[in-house]
Amino acid sequence: MSTSPTSVVVTGLGATTPLGGDVPSTWSALLAGRSGVRKLDWDNVDELPVRFAAQLAVDPAESIPRAQLRRLDRSQAIALIAAREAWRDAGFAPPVRRAKSAKPVEAEPGADEGFRVDGDRLGVVVSSGIGGLHTALNSYDVYKEKGWARVSPFTVPMLMPNGASGHVGIEFGATAGSHALVSACASSGEAVGYAIDMIRAGRADVVICGGTESCIHPLQMASFGSMRAMSTRNEEPERASRPYDKNRDGFVLGEGAAVMILESEEHARARGAKIHAIAAGCGYSNDAYDIVLPDPSGAGQAKAMLRALEDGGLTPEDIVHVNAHATSTPAGDIAELASIRAALGDVADRLTVTGTKSMTGHLLGGAGALESVITILTLREGLVPPTANLEDMDDEVDLDVVRGEPRAIPDGPAAALNNSFGFGGHNVSVAFRRAV
Amino acid sequence: MAAIATEQDILKGLAEIIDEIVGIDKSEVTPEKNFIEDLDIDSLSMVEIAVAAQDQFGVEIPDDELRNLKTVQDVINFVQNLQKPQG
Repeated sequence: MSTSPTSVVVTGLGATTPLGGDVPSTWSALLAGRSGVRKLDWDNVDELPVRFAAQLAVDPAESIPRAQLRRLDRSQAIALIAAREAWRDAGFAPPVRRAKSAKPVEAEPGADEGFRVDGDRLGVVVSSGIGGLHTALNSYDVYKEKGWARVSPFTVPMLMPNGASGHVGIEFGATAGSHALVSACASSGEAVGYAIDMIRAGRADVVICGGTESCIHPLQMASFGSMRAMSTRNEEPERASRPYDKNRDGFVLGEGAAVMILESEEHARARGAKIHAIAAGCGYSNDAYDIVLPDPSGAGQAKAMLRALEDGGLTPEDIVHVNAHATSTPAGDIAELASIRAALGDVADRLTVTGTKSMTGHLLGGAGALESVITILTLREGLVPPTANLEDMDDEVDLDVVRGEPRAIPDGPAAALNNSFGFGGHNVSVAFRRAV
Repeated sequence: MAAIATEQDILKGLAEIIDEIVGIDKSEVTPEKNFIEDLDIDSLSMVEIAVAAQDQFGVEIPDDELRNLKTVQDVINFVQNLQKPQG
């Protein structure tokens, strides 16, 4: 394995997901093969084709004060929660709040504990695929019922898809740059790739990167439902997301956020940070085929994986594991396995594959980041979470898909890919290497 | 608006609105406080506070006037002036 000129490492992890309010609870649920999918308890839910989803395990109101929550879309609130966990995990000092007024700011308790990051060397890349859907629709309801003057003046910053990135930047004083890449279900895979590039380009030493999504709303159940993209296993929600199973019938919508702290290896080593993994590189491609259907040849997906290897200075032989996009759709899951084989050749017979959306549901713009966190933990802990609900393996599956119990990965050098593919034709593969 | 609010009523109502909208403790909201300098309230939050105050006190606060309402006392005076019986 060669190393790129600037090695980028992962020093902090954070998440709030349908499985738990933080990384440890999410990880233990993944290892246990637990589903985060539940019935929706909405009024008029019976009018919808799909009546279940993977909602957050922990309400954001438990950690964000009511007044602050009023001006944050739910997708932004949970991005902040995940970012705070990642920040603490990285061992950084609590941020200093900047007042809007000229008066001096009192130091937060504990402000001297932890490493203080130079704001001009700190960047943010936090993506959302959809943005503030709840805000947009709720504000329109207010407008129709009460008129324009009652529409919250925070509606625009709450519905814009870069809002989460903006809020994270404000909270941590990140002045090197703040970005929000939007590419549907590939959005936060791209966020990780862009963060790696920011550090390699010398624009930042530390980047807070990740993704968030919260759009479990009747409109989404109706619109994804009308595409026939979602599972309709309404009587058994927990068993609905079942990648690679013969009886899979579509994806399950999930919500959540995941955030990582990426850091130049030099910066991390100089401050004695613990290193979860090496963010080796990222590969991109575009199908240029159809706005929602993946190219059936799988050529674009394979290209993204090969480019991730190239970008990360890796060879197919280095790869021991793939966290697959695997959304539980009849066509998509098998096509991706063919792409993995096309990209990695005979190595495909030796690696493990898992589909963790079986438990978390599909976080859309949050998926790439959450599955990056899972891939990092897989390498660090040497354990592959099983694909849940995989009872009757599809005959066309010809790779080693982990199911039932977690699978151990041997110690020593190892690398893994995390695939994310999005409507629009976006293919992203992020490569992580074990820190040894 | 059934009854004319006293200065104390307006202060109490305004403090409740500010607590609800920006999460500043009601005891912090005293007449001499400047919204921006002392309470660190931004301009968009002021718009929300003004709309809530209009609903609560039954008065119109035009955008031009809002710019001049810099302290808690300014709002109290503005509301009281509009509530005075006309003619």
